[in-house]
Amino acid sequence: MNNEIWNRNKECMSRDELRDLQGKRLHKLVDLVYHNTPFYRHKMQELDLLPADIRTIDDIVKLPFTTKADLRDNYPVGLLATPMSEIVRIHASSGTTGSPTIVGYTSRDLEIWKEIIARALTAYGVTRGDIVSVGYGYGLFTGGLGAHYGVEHLGATVLPTSTGNTEKHIRLLRDLGVTGLACTPSYALYLAEALHKQGLSADDLKLRIGAFGAEPWTENMRHEIEERLGIQAYNIYGLSEIMGPGVAYECGCKDGSHIAEDHFYPEIINPETGEVLPVGQEGELVLTTLTKTGMPLLRYRTKDLTTLMPGTCACGRTSIRFTRILGRSDDMLIVRGINVFPSQVESVILEMPEFAPRYMLVVDRKNNLDTLEVQVELRPDSFSDDMGGMLDLRRKLGERLKSVLSISAEVKLVEPNSLPRSEGKSTRVIDKRVLA
Amino acid sequence: METIKQLSVFLENKGGRINDVAKALGEHGINMHAFSMAETTDFGILRLIVSDVEQAVGVLRAENFAVVLTDVVCISCPNVAGALSAILERLAEHQVFIEYMYAFAQGEKAHIVIRPSNLEECLKWLEEDDCDILADRQL
Ligand SMILES: [Zn+2]
Repeated sequence: MNNEIWNRNKECMSRDELRDLQGKRLHKLVDLVYHNTPFYRHKMQELDLLPADIRTIDDIVKLPFTTKADLRDNYPVGLLATPMSEIVRIHASSGTTGSPTIVGYTSRDLEIWKEIIARALTAYGVTRGDIVSVGYGYGLFTGGLGAHYGVEHLGATVLPTSTGNTEKHIRLLRDLGVTGLACTPSYALYLAEALHKQGLSADDLKLRIGAFGAEPWTENMRHEIEERLGIQAYNIYGLSEIMGPGVAYECGCKDGSHIAEDHFYPEIINPETGEVLPVGQEGELVLTTLTKTGMPLLRYRTKDLTTLMPGTCACGRTSIRFTRILGRSDDMLIVRGINVFPSQVESVILEMPEFAPRYMLVVDRKNNLDTLEVQVELRPDSFSDDMGGMLDLRRKLGERLKSVLSISAEVKLVEPNSLPRSEGKSTRVIDKRVLA
Repeated sequence: METIKQLSVFLENKGGRINDVAKALGEHGINMHAFSMAETTDFGILRLIVSDVEQAVGVLRAENFAVVLTDVVCISCPNVAGALSAILERLAEHQVFIEYMYAFAQGEKAHIVIRPSNLEECLKWLEEDDCDILADRQL
C-alpha cells in the first residue's frame, strides 16, 4: 500500500491538538462572518449570540445552520464575507431548480483548495511522475478547475481534457500514456464502454489511478470501473458550496473518506429535527468551513447521508472518516412510504452482469397508489431467443430489487444504449407524481 | 442435417421499432422472407428469416440492436389443407415439442419455420418421413 502523506503535520495531528486548532479557527471564523456578513450577524443576533460566546469547537452547536435555500435567498453575493475586490474566482452551481448558487474564492481559499486536492491525490498514490487527465467539466462547475490546480500543485502533469470529446480523450490517454484519471464515476464507465467499442481494453492504456466523485457511487461500481479500466478507483468528495472536490478523500485502505478536518468541521444531524447525533450514527452531514475567507459557511447542511467513523486509520491519518454516501436526502424517494435511494437500485443492477450499469427510475401514482418502474438496459450479449429465459431474467431482477428496497418495482427491460447517457451528473429519476 | 439461421432481435414495445429494423435491412438490400413477433408487456423478440443473415447481423448491431442467431428448421410442404397437421402429429408422436413456429407461403409451397425442443430429434424424424427440409441457400 502507498504510505505517502502530503501534509503529515495536519493529516496525522493528535486529536487534542486538532480540536484546539479547530476551536481557534472557529472563533476567528465567527468573528469574520459576524462583522462582514449581515446574514450571519442577523441570525446570531436572533439567537442572542456574540462572537465571544464561541470559544471552543464544542460551542459550534450554538450556531445556526445554513441551507441551500439561504444561498439562493442571498443570490448572488450576499454571503460573501469579503469585498468583491478580494474575490479572485467565482464558481456557480448548475441550479436545476430556481436560481443558481454562487461561490466566491479569495486567493487564500484557492491555496487551501489546491492543498487539499494534493492531499487527496497523494493518498491515492499519485506522484510527480504521473500524468492526470481531468475529465470533470471545466467552467462554472468546481470539478474541472478544482482538480486541475490540485494536480499542478502536487507537481504531476495535468491534462485538461474536460468532458465531451471522448474519442480524442481516449486517443490522448493512449498516446501520452496517461496514468491518472479524475472524473465522475459514470463518465469513467462511459469511457470504458467507448474503449470497448473501439476494440480496445485496459491493456492498451497505462491508467493506474482514478479519482472519482461529484455523484454518489457504490462499491459495485468501484469494482466494475477498476476491472474495466485496470485501475485503483478512489472516492473524492466535495461540494461547490463548501469548496469543491477535496473536502474528503479515501486513502489506500478504501474504507471511508478522510475529511480535511483542519479546514472543514463535520457534524451529523437528524435531517428531520436538526438534532446533533453522536458519532457513529447515520444522518445528514453538516460542514463548517473553518478557514475560508471568501464565502465561509457555518454549519452547512449538505443533504448527504452518512456516518462518521472515529479512530486512527490504518494509513496513519488521524482525520475522521465518513462511510460511503448512499445518497442525498434530496435524491431519496419516498415510494409507498418507503425510503428508496437510486444507489440501492444501482447496486442491485451492478451485481447482475446481464445488465449495463445504467438505469432510470420512474415513479408515478396510479389509482392513488405509488408505482416504481425500474428501466434497465439489457447487455447485447445477454439477449437470447428464449422468451422464457428473458422473462426469468426480468423476474430475477425484480426479486432482488424487492429484497433490497422492501417494495416491489416493475422491471422494464430496454434496448442497449437506449437510456440517456450523461457525461456529467447523471439524472436517473423521473418522478411523475410531482406533476400529477 | 439442414437447419437455417434465424435472426432474433430484442425490441422494446414502442412505436416504430419493427419499422426501424425493416428500414435498416431494406436500406442494405436485405430481404425479409418471414418474421414473427413474440411479445410481453414491455419487450418483444422479433424473429426473422432474411436473405443475408450475416450482413443483417452487422447492420443491426451497428444500429445498437441486440441480436442473436438461432438454428431453426424450415420445412417446405404442399400448400394444401392437412399438410401441416400431418407433420406436427408425427413430431408429437416422437415427443418433439415445438417452442414456437411460424409459416409463410410461396406460391404452391408453404414454408414452416420450427424451433423444436430438440433439434436433432426433430430433424431425424422429419428426414425419416422424407420431409422437404430447406437450407439457407434454398430460400
Ligand atoms: Zn486512511
